[in-house]
Amino acid sequence: MTDPIYVTDALIAEDIDAYLEQHQQKSLLRFITCGSVDDGKSTLIGRLLYDSKMIFEDQLAALEADSKRVGTQGQEIDFALLVDGLAAEREQGITIDVAYRFFTTEKRKFIVADTPGHEQYTRNMVTGASTADLAVILIDARKGVLTQTRRHSFLAHLIGIKHIVLAVNKMDLVGYDKTVFDRIALAYRAFASEIGITNFTAIPISGFKGDNITALSDNTPWFKGPALIEHLETVEIGSTADEAKPFRLPVQWVNRPNLDFRGFSGQLASGKVKPGDAVRILPSGKMTTVDRIVTLDGDLDEAVAGQSVTLTLADEVDCSRGDVISAADAPPEAADQFEATLVWMADEAMIAGRAYWLKLATQSVSATIQQPKYEINVNTLDHLAAKTLELNGIGVVELSTDKPIVFETYGDNRTLGGFILIDKLTNATVAAGMLHFSLRRAQNVHWQATDIDRDMRASLKNQRPALLWFTGLSGSGKSTIANLVEKKLHRMNRHSFLLDGDNVRHGLNRDLGFTEADRIENIRRVGEVAKLMSDAGLIVITAFISPFRVEREMVRSMLPEGEFIEVFIDTPLAEAEKRDVKGLYKKARAGQLKNFTGIDSPYEAPENPEIRIDTTAMTPEEAADLIIDRLLG
Amino acid sequence: MLSSDLQTKSLELTHLDRLEAESIHIMREVMADAAKPVMLYSVGKDSAVMLHLARKAFYPSPPPFPLLHVDTTWKFQAMYELRDRMAAESGMDLIVYQNPEAKERGINPFDHGPLHTDMWKTEGLKQALDLHGFDVAFGGARRDEEKSRAKERIFSFRTATHGWDPKKQRPELWNLYNARKAKGESIRVFPISNWTELDIWQYIARENIPIVPLYFAAPRPTVERDGLLLMVDDDRFPLLPGETPVERSVRFRTLGCYPLTGAVESEASTLSEVIQEMLLTTTSERQGRIIDKDGGDASMEKKKQEGYF
Repeated sequence: MTDPIYVTDALIAEDIDAYLEQHQQKSLLRFITCGSVDDGKSTLIGRLLYDSKMIFEDQLAALEADSKRVGTQGQEIDFALLVDGLAAEREQGITIDVAYRFFTTEKRKFIVADTPGHEQYTRNMVTGASTADLAVILIDARKGVLTQTRRHSFLAHLIGIKHIVLAVNKMDLVGYDKTVFDRIALAYRAFASEIGITNFTAIPISGFKGDNITALSDNTPWFKGPALIEHLETVEIGSTADEAKPFRLPVQWVNRPNLDFRGFSGQLASGKVKPGDAVRILPSGKMTTVDRIVTLDGDLDEAVAGQSVTLTLADEVDCSRGDVISAADAPPEAADQFEATLVWMADEAMIAGRAYWLKLATQSVSATIQQPKYEINVNTLDHLAAKTLELNGIGVVELSTDKPIVFETYGDNRTLGGFILIDKLTNATVAAGMLHFSLRRAQNVHWQATDIDRDMRASLKNQRPALLWFTGLSGSGKSTIANLVEKKLHRMNRHSFLLDGDNVRHGLNRDLGFTEADRIENIRRVGEVAKLMSDAGLIVITAFISPFRVEREMVRSMLPEGEFIEVFIDTPLAEAEKRDVKGLYKKARAGQLKNFTGIDSPYEAPENPEIRIDTTAMTPEEAADLIIDRLLG
Repeated sequence: MLSSDLQTKSLELTHLDRLEAESIHIMREVMADAAKPVMLYSVGKDSAVMLHLARKAFYPSPPPFPLLHVDTTWKFQAMYELRDRMAAESGMDLIVYQNPEAKERGINPFDHGPLHTDMWKTEGLKQALDLHGFDVAFGGARRDEEKSRAKERIFSFRTATHGWDPKKQRPELWNLYNARKAKGESIRVFPISNWTELDIWQYIARENIPIVPLYFAAPRPTVERDGLLLMVDDDRFPLLPGETPVERSVRFRTLGCYPLTGAVESEASTLSEVIQEMLLTTTSERQGRIIDKDGGDASMEKKKQEGYF
């Protein structure tokens, strides 16, 4: 095919400077292609690269050889081989990750995110879509709108992509029949409006033959355009929309080369800024004005959304990484409880109540997630009841953070509304989230200041409050030793309280079972109660198996530094099982007890406990004395 | 050179502006979590752009990390000259590392084939990172260079033994990077992942970034061997019987060890002409590199898993 769009060689050869000048003014469009291998997605991308001369002779020679060896198109060039990158993927003949491809035309530079289409790769598609301005949804003309079309459209809409292109592919295999195309476009329109997609562009194409890719095809005289590339080149992108929003700059790095310069570096998430503009630093709310916009190329008169700059401020105000410098008259809110949509991306399912790191713009906080309000079936869009989210699961949840974060709703601002969750132990990115709104209770429930504080209460009792947190296997001797410790403290006129695992489950926590999520909630509540008691000035003693390191760390973080004392009752499993005081190990071994720690549920031993008791080397009495020595000594 | 009105920016951000802003954002983001970052500096055009971006990212401070050159002793003389000049200009420390074992055994590209790259570069890099305890290393790789790189993350994790597992990559959404890592693990960060070869050249032109003169055509002594035009850069080049260096007007599209890097015959002696030639050419830039080809199809992916950049 000859195509008018790429006849640029003449200008390159005749006047390279003119060509470069033209090229330098190009804008950038990022888009994602959605569809499965069967829809000819890789073939389409290969075709785009090929037609825009992004494939060189040596690559083409390799491609031709590969096509004959492993290709699926007989003796013809198999464009799919160009983009299926990793060796493992080539063997399986599928794409399993996100690959980024680049091509350029006269008017624009393009970055294409190529992601697999099957349901098990939902996370990959969401990842690719997160940076895209536009989505090309591929449909096989022979098959029409399928379940996966609905899924892809829903995901693209969910992630906030405003421009949808419906590429009806393989038109060559249906004889370029207009009625086939019309029927598909009509069916899609009905579905799209259901999920809130108000606007899309349908184009009949053949990636394999090249119809309506770069230019209108003679095979479809009934189609008046635009061709795919023409549409991609001319569609309006949202950068100007971002500039119209209020100014926000999440601070990445404080620039301090010497005592005379203090700048705040970051990328504008939205709006514009000029020297002299009044700004507010969030979350502190402090006001000042912008002094200079500093860059290596000299100071700027103005910076706009998308630019990376360094600002200096007129006053010496506190401002550090994580803060957001924003328009003084339209600042964003800060809150610590939210409703959000989560896309779960890890093999390990979400655990309600567990603390994860949450990263939003340049802010990192600890966050806990409630059990989902509902999960969304990505194929039917039905809302389903759910206790957790598995890999690729999408659900609506409530979450709370350990301190307020500056945010906007995802619909208003992707940068201040999109976040990731990170597992605290493995450091894996486990989920992507989009904030809907903050929950009222975070805004309206304030801390009530009291006149008598914890130090006054403790000094009246003549003691330092502490939390002795006993952890260890069932039957390790926690309760026995904890009880002895409390008796000794009592004799010494110390005010204490022993919170025992079994006892708490009869009252405060009787609504909780033994699933992982319930066990975490059990510990969280005990932690909160222990914290109140230590605020009251008491020495609190708890005896819970508390098998998970993360949960113990969660309680540690609730208390003032130094007050959480982890007491590891270290009894080997074989020894605890031999004792089997309550007969539980026998039941667990017989399969009558599920999720029993040490048998079919893990125990994560403390790495650096404040006190470690080896029960095979000392009596309970000796252990209790040792603990009291450490506590009071 | 380009006309001066090319240097003035229009109000709307162009694709180069956006790429620049993204790269700067990435570099600053690294500073939030890194204990001891370093920038790998290979003296090529991609390194030149990366270094320039680092100077922009942290200005008026100098970039808060040193430059590391994993040297093979077989680079072009002109590369060593520019390296030392750029380190001085940027105000950054330059660490040059040469694998002592490779040095002692006299490993060289003429006698040792693939072992040369393995020992000087792959092993040398690992040794240098371990020796200094660097936990984050910036690299100038681009996704358009090679197929396995197209799928690599911007923040790419390495195990304690520097291995890369393409199946265990963390999802990267929006511009949020998860830089948390366990003790012993390290991260390679590629701030110019989304740049293409053309972007690099245009940016060099727009910003007047100094590059090694070997990118421009000049008469140079060369011999033709195994289909490659090799430059006789110093007297360590063993000439085969019957070989005599011939003066040809050549330039290089990519720079590495001089005995492994093929030149192209060219008259392009200015930046505009180089870009022009690049746009009219019909072969990819890595074509002159021997490294991609040994081991067949998935050669680079394999090297990356072993710890090559």
